[in-house]
Amino acid sequence: MSVIILFLAGIAAIAGWWLTRQRLTAKPWLEEGVIGDLPHEGERGTAAKVGLGVFLAVAGSLFSLVISAYFVRKDLSLPGGADWRPQPVPNLLWLNTGVLILSSLALQWTHGAAKRDRIEDVRSGLSIAGASTLLFLVGQLAAWRQLAEAGYFAASSPAAAFFYLITGIHGLHVAGGLVALGRAGAKAWRGATAEQLRLSVGLCTAYWHFLLVVWLIILALLTGWADDFIVICRAVVP
Amino acid sequence: MSDVAAELVGPVPPAEVPELELYHPRSWITKYVFCQDAKVIAIQYSATAMSIGLVALVLSWLMRLQLAFPGSLALIDNASYYQFITMHGMIMVIYLLTALFLGGFGNYLIPLMVGARDMVFPYVNMVSYWVYLLAVLVLVAGFFAPGGPTGAGWTLYPPQAILTGTPGRDWGIILMLASLILFIIGFTMGGLNYVVTVLQGRTRGMTLMRMPLTVWGIFTATVMALLAFPALFVACVMMLLDRVLGTSFFMPSVVELGQQLTYSGGSPILFQHLFWFFGHPEVYIVALPAFGIVSDLISTHARKNIFGYRMMVWAIVAIGGLSFLVWAHHMYISGMNPYFGFFFATTTLIIAVPTAIKVYNWVLTLWRADIRLTVPMLFALGFIVTFVNGGLSGLFLGNVVVDVPLSATMFVVAHFHMVMGVAPILVVFGGIYHWYPKVTGRMLNETLGKLHFWVTFLGAYAIFFPMHYIGLLGVPRRYYELGQTAFVPPSAATLNVFITVAALIVGAAQLVFLFNVIWSLFRGKEAGGNPWRATTLEWQTPQTPPGHGNWGRELPVVYRWAYAYSVPGMTQDFLPQNQPPAAAKAA
Repeated sequence: MSVIILFLAGIAAIAGWWLTRQRLTAKPWLEEGVIGDLPHEGERGTAAKVGLGVFLAVAGSLFSLVISAYFVRKDLSLPGGADWRPQPVPNLLWLNTGVLILSSLALQWTHGAAKRDRIEDVRSGLSIAGASTLLFLVGQLAAWRQLAEAGYFAASSPAAAFFYLITGIHGLHVAGGLVALGRAGAKAWRGATAEQLRLSVGLCTAYWHFLLVVWLIILALLTGWADDFIVICRAVVP
Repeated sequence: MSDVAAELVGPVPPAEVPELELYHPRSWITKYVFCQDAKVIAIQYSATAMSIGLVALVLSWLMRLQLAFPGSLALIDNASYYQFITMHGMIMVIYLLTALFLGGFGNYLIPLMVGARDMVFPYVNMVSYWVYLLAVLVLVAGFFAPGGPTGAGWTLYPPQAILTGTPGRDWGIILMLASLILFIIGFTMGGLNYVVTVLQGRTRGMTLMRMPLTVWGIFTATVMALLAFPALFVACVMMLLDRVLGTSFFMPSVVELGQQLTYSGGSPILFQHLFWFFGHPEVYIVALPAFGIVSDLISTHARKNIFGYRMMVWAIVAIGGLSFLVWAHHMYISGMNPYFGFFFATTTLIIAVPTAIKVYNWVLTLWRADIRLTVPMLFALGFIVTFVNGGLSGLFLGNVVVDVPLSATMFVVAHFHMVMGVAPILVVFGGIYHWYPKVTGRMLNETLGKLHFWVTFLGAYAIFFPMHYIGLLGVPRRYYELGQTAFVPPSAATLNVFITVAALIVGAAQLVFLFNVIWSLFRGKEAGGNPWRATTLEWQTPQTPPGHGNWGRELPVVYRWAYAYSVPGMTQDFLPQNQPPAAAKAA
């Protein structure tokens, strides 16, 4: 469970830093009158950004818990983890990783284009990002198929079960993001200006970067790199 | 009022919101059914939660009848007894208390108390309710599925939860897991709204340290729920895969009815870790809103500012943080490393410190106050006493050496019913008696309210005090019937009859409350806008019940904290948060 504790420690640090800026030591019973300038009043953009931030914390908690469960299951199963057979990873995942990086870069570029008010670039950027993300999902399904053909089913080993579970949850999050991206795209083609699209493109970009980071962590976990990292950690912290 | 610069006190232009930003219902359906107004959603949440809660109440009656008069009711056999336990626990903790405090009170009070027109994402808020309703319907479907609902206990521990022989193994467990997954998805949508509305939707002048403690409690509980519910989500998804696809996340090698099952190497302990990683914060997800609401009830009905407001806020935040570090005190008898037990016992006892601070502050608020024994005040006082009682037995159980012999007895049942059943539900009632005039424009009947309070309060003690005792005698929990057990004296059976009679009476008293709620809707005394002469913003709305958009054309401006009661030198004994200082002095 150390992964989720570390994640929550990070959240607690952010929350604590934020709280220290909220005048928590104020004595409200002594203060009368209007104080503070609040960042609101119809600024839907800020609310949407904060909303996405909170959602990313929830999704981060979910992924940390799955990864925690992965390690607990690996260590707790039998003394020495005797029934834990490492799961070979299809080479296709490397290609998929490249495609996901491409979609993240495309969105970053689109975000820049939206800031510079270039609606043509925004449209093409959104198409590239959407197409590459779709390709990523197809690639993930193809990887599942390759594993199944090689005889690895969800029920055949715990590592295989975790492989399907983790990639599945990540894939569902990507698919959910595609819905938001699709709505931004629909607006772009229905004649919205680049300025009107700036917010939704910015939110999509942040979400895509988050999912890319999560994917890289998952990949390290599934290919076994994370194990080497843990060994180093255990050597440093007895 | 010494350290405030003079220019801050001057008149401030209120913020205006253009009409077109508000969502407007266009038909009866969008006004009352698929409505995006947080106040309507709150009532929908509350009505659904209380309806399903009534089902759980009837289940507890049936269980009590079986315990007092074993075998006298033909419809209760051992399988259905376990199904009743499971559904009673799950409904009460998740579908009633969590949904009512956050979905009900949260939706109604957050926008009004922080001076917003609505939640920041009204559409998502509406979807949240409908997903919650779907979760409830899937849960209820378990009663009608072949084999009935699951009887795995409310903690759903594997491996027995999905093995043959556990009632509801075919469909009940699948429906239960699906329902929980839906609930969590729906809650996350609502929870995003509550958090972002508190962060971004506050009106001018409403700093965090001027928010009523109700908002602080609901806000912190929502943050905790958003971070803790994913643990239950993961556990449910993994168990669903174990049950449906035959994976071995939680299932070890098992021989069942002489057959070796295909499961191998899974870890039941992993499920317990995930479940309680959610399960312990859940206790405080229910308790923190109760703490907040009770603070406001006490301050308003004792006409005195809350004692130690800052400390109350810090304690809420501290409890929220600490509650993530105590989960394994539910697992002392799971065979974990004894050093873990030592660590978790320590953190468990530390969490008693901020909790005790809150209790002292409530008591000190009452000290030499102008106490009005209204119905909400009675319930708030009942809560303090009950929470202290339940909390003290929690100190016993938090220690490993005391917990190990008591863990499987009725003592634990008595403890958690006191601290997280009776105590929060008293606050729910207090809150309903307090805010019903704002929601409907009419007062609840006070005589019926007092009758409801005294029967519920004394009855709850008649139920749960003897239960501690029979737990100490060694009467095990989870048993369908005791049978011939040498160590249990016959007096335990007599006490069981007494407890059951008390439970039937307390249950019936809730019908008085239901009658009161419905009768007062039509015949109750007109309440006016601010019957309790309270300071917080929800009592200062131009209309009662508040109209669509809550406020008139202009949002309120906040000039002071939420607890300006009996301020010296003022003619009125309360100063509303939005009353300009000059007007307050003149009044």
